[in-house]
Amino acid sequence: MAAIKEQREQTDHYFSAFSALEARRAQKGGSWFDATRREAMEHFGELGFPTTRLESWKYTSVQPIARSTFQLEESGRAKVSAKHLEGFAFGDQVSGTLVFVNGFFTPPLSELTRLPGNVVAGSLAGHLGNRPDGFEHHLARYALPVENAFVALNTAFLEDGACIEFPSGTVLEKPIHVIHWTEPAGSPLMISPRTLIVAGHDVQATVIESYVGGEGAAYFSNGVTEISLGENSSLEHAQVQQEGGKAFSIAALHTHQQRSSRLLCHNIALGAELVRNDVNCVMGGEGAECTLNGLYQTAGRQHVDNHTLMDHAMPHCSSREYYKGVLDGQSAGVFSGSILVRKDAQKTDAIQSNKNLLLSEDAVINTKPELQILADDVRCTHGATIGQLDAEAIFYLQTRGIGKAAARNLLTRAFANDVIGRVSFTPLRERLEATLLERLSKGWKAEEVL
Amino acid sequence: MLEIKNLHAEISGKKILKGVDLKVNAGEVHAIMGPNGSGKSTLAQVLAGRDLYAVTEGEITYQGKDLLAMAPEDRAREGIFLAFQYPLEIPGVSNMYFLKAALNTIRKGRGEAELDAMDFLAIVREKMKLLGVDEAMMSRAVNEGFSGGEKKRNEIFQMSVLEPRLAILDETDSGLDIDALRVVADGVNRLRAKDRATIVVTHYQRLLNYIVPDFVHVLSAGRMVKSGGRALALELEQKGYGWLEEEFEAAKA
Ligand SMILES: Nc1ncnc2c1ncn2[C@@H]1O[C@H](COP(=O)(O)OP(=O)(O)O)[C@@H](O)[C@H]1O
Ligand SMILES: [Mg+2]
Repeated sequence: MAAIKEQREQTDHYFSAFSALEARRAQKGGSWFDATRREAMEHFGELGFPTTRLESWKYTSVQPIARSTFQLEESGRAKVSAKHLEGFAFGDQVSGTLVFVNGFFTPPLSELTRLPGNVVAGSLAGHLGNRPDGFEHHLARYALPVENAFVALNTAFLEDGACIEFPSGTVLEKPIHVIHWTEPAGSPLMISPRTLIVAGHDVQATVIESYVGGEGAAYFSNGVTEISLGENSSLEHAQVQQEGGKAFSIAALHTHQQRSSRLLCHNIALGAELVRNDVNCVMGGEGAECTLNGLYQTAGRQHVDNHTLMDHAMPHCSSREYYKGVLDGQSAGVFSGSILVRKDAQKTDAIQSNKNLLLSEDAVINTKPELQILADDVRCTHGATIGQLDAEAIFYLQTRGIGKAAARNLLTRAFANDVIGRVSFTPLRERLEATLLERLSKGWKAEEVL
Repeated sequence: MLEIKNLHAEISGKKILKGVDLKVNAGEVHAIMGPNGSGKSTLAQVLAGRDLYAVTEGEITYQGKDLLAMAPEDRAREGIFLAFQYPLEIPGVSNMYFLKAALNTIRKGRGEAELDAMDFLAIVREKMKLLGVDEAMMSRAVNEGFSGGEKKRNEIFQMSVLEPRLAILDETDSGLDIDALRVVADGVNRLRAKDRATIVVTHYQRLLNYIVPDFVHVLSAGRMVKSGGRALALELEQKGYGWLEEEFEAAKA
């Protein structure tokens, strides 16, 4: 009983905030999305914040989030300038930049003039009016509030987000860049970043999402991204998480692919204190290919939990999952990778690998694959490794004049290189390499770094 | 250049080197021979600074400095080079990148300017030709997927680029066919100079036909049981090592 009471207390606060928001929206005439929000809120109430008694949350306690009372952000309150985004934005190397500050679209910092006219890219708020304009077929259709309390919470408080639509046949050479910037305030904020990407058939495009935040105060970023990929389309998607050091970063990525489509997702987790990424990829059409490429690099007392599901719903699909972790200090990592091969998904070809490098004796990693195979003619392989830097290899480098710290650095970068190397967009790849290097050398307080 | 006095070293409590003495002057080539397990690699690794081995007694002076007090990378910067008996594979680091980093830190140590990509390439190309190393090998990860012979050749190639003052070759000749052996020997001979020295650890006297040593030492059970000239190697080939051990014990008693 006490537990239920505590759970109620933890969610009550969000119910009153929700009511206030709902009343305000009603004054403005309401939205087609209101019913979904309300249902999501109910699901959140039923589910409550997950506890470690749940199998899928066994190694990650979100009590620090559940026990806090986060304030909701109101549009336009935070003051963020282009200076904040230096080092994160890509300027004219991308075809367009959408900037969201504390969840809200910020036109002065965004740049959309170079995008082809038929590509929709902008604020989701504009599509949440009283009558739906097509996005109702996609929004909240892949990331379901009934399944995940955090998705429910995000959906209930969804007011704005990035909305990108590529009409069939679009070939966009340069990426679209979405920046979700969180600027902490005096009292801890809850931000609900949202991204919806819809591609018709025969689309070729790249979307990068950067989750970044200011340092100093704690905040709770609870993001959801949904991707719908039409027949024979090809999308490269990157999520780069560099939230502030005291942030709680919860993110869910749900993708749905149609026949013969190709999806390449990068998930790079660098920042925040407590991180949970849920990635669900549904291969819902024959011959779809999905590659998940992940890297988590942690130090201090960071905790990063990656939960992935490759859902083979149709025959002849192939999935590749390569996750690597570099863990230093007293940080902890969790990797739980599920492959689900549904009854009809014959000829599934799934490969999963999770490799971890522990740089300190106090760092820990829990890694486990979970295979559920309901079809009989499939090929599924998985493997997980946990290792340390090879002392002999370090010595070998030292005997060639390379200092110990630099040698460790070199070997660690070499370990992470293939993950970063799969990023096609060179400016992002180079920036990730530099960021990784900077973070690693900080960890070792090394005066010399190659 | 190098003076080893009464060196004792052990690993996890197991005594391996039990009082080794060796003096190497600039301009000399010393061969160290001995049966398997006698401690030749241990000696080579201790000289290069491997901290796996604990030095419990004795001292090593290199160019007037206390070698044992120096980190491995500092020894390399002061001109010591070890060609490993079993060179390591470094996945994800290209040979080219690795060698450039190594050469530039060592040049810095010698007070020379760092090389830019162009100058570096020019040096490397020349050495590649001399050692029969092809371009493809340079873009591959260090030693990854190399055959035993390729790894040995790569060690000598690195040595040629880094131009050490004291080169220590740990059984670089083992497992090489005669052509590869010649390439390795040429690489070593090319570096012979009056301000440099070489220690050649070998199991077979065959190599010494190509790299003619000034001195030959025999290491057995962690001690130098005999030293001599070039002729000693030939004698060892005929008679094996057994008689030396007996002679050494008899002399002690
Ligand atoms: N890492 C190690 N751990 C335990 N014993 C070792 C290790 N390295 C060498 N030894 C032991 O030390 C002795 C000398 O080895 P080594 O120096 O490799 O001889 P050599 O090179 O003359 O064949 C051997 O008995 C070997 O088993
Ligand atoms: Mg040996």
